[in-house]
Amino acid sequence: MSMTDLLYARAQMGLSLAFHIVFAAAGVALPVLMVLSDWKARRTRDADYVKLSQKLAKGTAILFAVGAVSGTVLSFELGLLWPDFMGQYGEVIGLPFSLEGVAFFTEAIFLGIYLYGRERVSPGLHLFSGIMVAVSGAASAFFVTLVNVFMNDPSGFVATPDGPTQVQPLVAMFSPGWQYQTVHVLLSCYQASAFAMAGIHAFVLLRHPGAAFHRKALSVALPLACVTALLQPLVGDLSAKHVAKAQPVKLAAMESHFETERGAPLRLGGVTVPKALSILAFGDPDAEVRGLNEFPRDTWPPVAKVHGAFQVMVGTGSAMALLSLVTLLYRWRKKAWPSGRKMMWAWLVSGPLGLVALEAGWLVTEWGRQPWIVRGFMRTADAVTPVPHLAAPFWTFTAVYLFLGVVVVALLKRQVAGTMPDRDEGPVTGRGVKEDDAHVH
Amino acid sequence: MSTEAMLGFVMAGAFVLYALFGGADFGGGVWDLFASGPRKAEQRTLIARAMGPVWEVNHVWLIVGMVLMFAGFPRAFAALSVALHVPLTLLMLGIVFRGAAFTFRAYDSRGYAAERQWGLVFSIASVVAPLLLGMCVGAVASGDIRVEGRVVVSGFFASWLSPFAWAVGVLALTLFAFLAAVYLTHEAHSEGLREDFRRRALGAGVAVFLSAFVVLLLARGGAPRVWEGLLRSPFALVLHGATAVAAVTAFALLWTRRFQWARLAAAFQAGLIVLGWAASQYPYLVVPDITLSGAASSTSTQRVLLVAVVIGALTVVPSIALLFRVFRPRPEGNSTPGPHA
Repeated sequence: MSMTDLLYARAQMGLSLAFHIVFAAAGVALPVLMVLSDWKARRTRDADYVKLSQKLAKGTAILFAVGAVSGTVLSFELGLLWPDFMGQYGEVIGLPFSLEGVAFFTEAIFLGIYLYGRERVSPGLHLFSGIMVAVSGAASAFFVTLVNVFMNDPSGFVATPDGPTQVQPLVAMFSPGWQYQTVHVLLSCYQASAFAMAGIHAFVLLRHPGAAFHRKALSVALPLACVTALLQPLVGDLSAKHVAKAQPVKLAAMESHFETERGAPLRLGGVTVPKALSILAFGDPDAEVRGLNEFPRDTWPPVAKVHGAFQVMVGTGSAMALLSLVTLLYRWRKKAWPSGRKMMWAWLVSGPLGLVALEAGWLVTEWGRQPWIVRGFMRTADAVTPVPHLAAPFWTFTAVYLFLGVVVVALLKRQVAGTMPDRDEGPVTGRGVKEDDAHVH
Repeated sequence: MSTEAMLGFVMAGAFVLYALFGGADFGGGVWDLFASGPRKAEQRTLIARAMGPVWEVNHVWLIVGMVLMFAGFPRAFAALSVALHVPLTLLMLGIVFRGAAFTFRAYDSRGYAAERQWGLVFSIASVVAPLLLGMCVGAVASGDIRVEGRVVVSGFFASWLSPFAWAVGVLALTLFAFLAAVYLTHEAHSEGLREDFRRRALGAGVAVFLSAFVVLLLARGGAPRVWEGLLRSPFALVLHGATAVAAVTAFALLWTRRFQWARLAAAFQAGLIVLGWAASQYPYLVVPDITLSGAASSTSTQRVLLVAVVIGALTVVPSIALLFRVFRPRPEGNSTPGPHA
């Protein structure tokens, strides 16, 4: 096994996850937005909400399908790229994976009923199916995050040179810190999707300020965006406090903190806030924060990357929290969601921030765990497959994901284009563009 | 019954269900590729309509089987991941393109040409994936994958490129095409379409018989352990006898146009073929170096997995029953609205 094959394996896994996460997050959050608009449509009998719930259902279908196939790829890749990890620890973390399978199954079943059954089932059962999709999507994210928690802070087995023994699957499933990371991840899914949706509709509203459909769509996205963006820093803080206790070397890398010190300051960009790191990490201004230099050099994660990703996550998270605060204040004072150009610009610019924060946060966790695949027990380099020429699958999947990404964006763009107010559109059939093409030919 | 035998049985069950539902799904893609005659477009519409609500569900069985394997029999999962790295990677590509193209086709609003392009990607991937799946099964059964300790020593190509593995690949492809055609006779709304798929089902049935015969011939040299397993245990013999009866019954019911019953018989036939494969290589998971008990995870894990299986069954079975009830074939003229509605 050459060093470069290890890098290709890591790059392929990283690429697959980075790609999948976007769709997984949408698969968790869009059903909620879809059900909310469906529910509003039923209550108000408003045609715009009906249209919105149908558009969101189409978006969910496209994103869920790509999420499902990229997730299937990931379950294969666990073995294809890290056979020894699965061979030894598969039994320890099999339980959350199995339950994730159950949740995914339920999600696929009720999504089928929701998407294709509108005319076949009663309105109550239809709404119930949508709720089941949302619930099982959240459950699925919950269980799969537990696996990651285990990899960061493993428990529930006794290690021997031949692999783990005395396995306690339930203990392993709820490894320390599971509460913080699962909530942090779930919130980030809702936050990222709600911000993306708000950004899209803000974009349309900047061009067509009066578009009623898009104002209503924004009013569905904004509450979820604001609430999650304000809760997230609190949960993130709890999560960081756990990392400080359980993975001091990761915390040191996140903060680029080299020397152990009491009353450690926080360094943000060029600014240094005295004692702030000790307070943030341990809730005590004089607490000792251990520095990287205290740990063997070969157990350091890549400091610059972890630190950079952490800065990006905190920065984007703060920006989103601030915008949400301003938006909620506006809503409270004016009794209406903001509609001015400045606020629309702010929401447009913030649209991608949720996804940026989600990816950055995931990178903090994953880079921060290196060089371990199971922290303290198995190194990533020891888990990689002996199969040579890993550059080939890496570049193949890079091309495939690039292609899929471009197609999905084009399809979603057409879904949004179909709602533009300057289009004269009949009933929503998704076929509007076809007639335009006919004019061209 | 030991926990690992129970878990092995559940895993075999998941693969049977994958062969039935995922298989019919792949087969639908095959018939999309070979759609022909005056009702070419209707055939494709029927396939898309029958699969739309259920295709994602049909493929979750594969995930279930995989999860049970790596949680219940991690050593076997690791060895197979190394020995079959290449075909499994190709299979993944097939699964990605198939699922993505099927969805994109339904939601691409640019018209018929774009729909056909996605349809072509979808149907080609539907042919390639079952072939690879069968080749992997052939490799596992053949005894060509050799493992010493935790290390695979038989290389990355020989095991799945043998004539026997190819033959199993073709058997999988024809079996899935047969299943899909039989299913579609029952789903079809018009007499003409039903006859189209009846002819396809009869043709594919003959192809299944021929490729099964070739697999059997090649098994003597290519998969001696399975050849012996086929003939040795009385249990396996009963299983194979039952398969033959189901096959003949399915054929006769198709011939006499009793489509609903034909569908049941064909499902029995395909399920028994998969079970027959599992029974003939028992107690091996990967012939001849990894047995079920040798690869099994600890008893504590196996027990909670069985509990998880029960929880899963209690959640999934009623939901699936509901799904299939909602989308059961309806009398003529009452067509299912697609996702555009």
